[in-house]
Amino acid sequence: MRTYTSQSAILSDIQSGQLKLRDLVQHYLRQIEGNKHLNAFLETFSEEALARAAEVEQRIQSGKAGKLAGMVISLKDNICYKGHKVSASSKILAGFESLYSATVVERILEEDAIIIGRTNCDEFAMGASTENSAFGPVLNYADTTRVPGGSSGGCAVSVQADMCLASLGSDTGGSIRQPAAFCGLYGLKPTYGRISRWGLIAYASSFDQIGPVTKSVEDMALLLEVMAGADGHDATASSKPAEAYSKLLNSDKKYKIAYIKDCLDSEGIDAEVKAQTLVTIEQLKAAGHEVVSVEFPYLDYMVPTYYVLTTAEASSNLARFSGLHYGYRSANATDMESSFRKSRSEGFGPEVKRRIMLGTLVLSAEHYDAYYTKGLKVRRVIRNATDALLKDNDFLLLPTTPTPAFKLGEKAANPVSMYLADIFTVQANISGNPAVTIPVGKHSNGMPYGLQLMGRHFEEASLLAFAKQVMNEQATAT
Amino acid sequence: MKITNELVEKLANLSKLEFENQEKENIKKDLEKIVGFVDKLSELDTSNVEPLIFMTDEINVLREDEVKQEITREEALKNAPKKDSDYFKVPKFLDK
Repeated sequence: MRTYTSQSAILSDIQSGQLKLRDLVQHYLRQIEGNKHLNAFLETFSEEALARAAEVEQRIQSGKAGKLAGMVISLKDNICYKGHKVSASSKILAGFESLYSATVVERILEEDAIIIGRTNCDEFAMGASTENSAFGPVLNYADTTRVPGGSSGGCAVSVQADMCLASLGSDTGGSIRQPAAFCGLYGLKPTYGRISRWGLIAYASSFDQIGPVTKSVEDMALLLEVMAGADGHDATASSKPAEAYSKLLNSDKKYKIAYIKDCLDSEGIDAEVKAQTLVTIEQLKAAGHEVVSVEFPYLDYMVPTYYVLTTAEASSNLARFSGLHYGYRSANATDMESSFRKSRSEGFGPEVKRRIMLGTLVLSAEHYDAYYTKGLKVRRVIRNATDALLKDNDFLLLPTTPTPAFKLGEKAANPVSMYLADIFTVQANISGNPAVTIPVGKHSNGMPYGLQLMGRHFEEASLLAFAKQVMNEQATAT
Repeated sequence: MKITNELVEKLANLSKLEFENQEKENIKKDLEKIVGFVDKLSELDTSNVEPLIFMTDEINVLREDEVKQEITREEALKNAPKKDSDYFKVPKFLDK
């Protein structure tokens, strides 16, 4: 079986009779089975995926197929799918089966996507390495001594190891883009509100966005097109109409691009990642774009702002896990109070507990103004500064991560060093802007890394078109 | 900020969590590190800045107030850790 990197290639091989969709699903299932040690999947939906493949194939042959026909997709284990288990990779949701499907799930199924299974992630999407799962860490397919990034690590590895064509993850501070970069893939965090969050298990509601991990810009655009748009179930989903992103990818427009010099000079940035970013900048200039260096004096405040606000939201969102109506209930409790405490203490892992505790601290009466209100103010400062940058420039360019994938266990001892893995990705979640990662290089240690592009609110169409230009220009240069 | 045992106790109580022995020491140290890290925010002068509360431009997203049955009783009880045919069963919370 050849390795497919886009839905269009799969579709054309099916139409010409060279490929049976069922065989492709079977190939992916074999890849999942043969790479169990990577721990990417928590569960496969084998039988139904195979049955659906036959149905979709028929619709393709009769010319009545949806936009995503031929696309086999994995779901992060925090996206609800009716009648299927979902656990946010936490013991506290052991055995839980969703009563309804996320809006994104309904929309991709409506367009004939096939869902092959649910993938491992950091518990409640809290982490940058997928080492915080209650079901053990996910390993990077390119080097199994290294992490795949997180929190959507299983999503990224499922695509990286050819276990499916694309995956849906969630991104609160980089959880799609960072693992996509660590696994040599494309990843998109849309504008806050572009995609409904209905059916996404909430971590930090004013930061969370669902988005795709893919092997091509085209598939990213197609998935966004299908998933984006207003939703009666989510009042924060924007009423701005979604665009036909997949039809708007071809552009030869010349843009003005900014990069933050301090990012490239920051401590801890890998020399090769920096050098490649500078090479890309030169390629863009040679292709006729204008690239300027800009000041952005808030780098050191991004990750602290993110932690104050996301932990506050998490401590509220995770209050619902009480062990009363669903999920894990401790057998060691004697009364209601101890049932709450023991169910939560035994059900949540250490990182989730840390974040609930910090969130409770920043929201407590004595510290609310000093931390939570302060965080909301700094959020406005960062958003205004980001908007100002993107008023004068079309895009902001920066490495997706300071280094390629780190070793398993390397950052586990110090939570703050793990938090800093998100240093270049959190800005887009703080400000709500859309951002993509595209695979631009391979380190001499063999690991891939990404380049990140951030655009104006709700201007995903030009962002994706520009991402395609950058990849084309890179392909021409090499 | 100094993270004291009392503060850890208080936060654990508000969070409905409990930390025993070594766990308590660990969470104390972790909170100290993290709070030290986020204290960075106090350096920024934000005296003339309003807090950013809403992340979308949507104003008053309203819907009709219709009564709908979105799930059945059976479905609501489906994931319950303890139940009988009609009710969630919970630990005792009133002393007789």
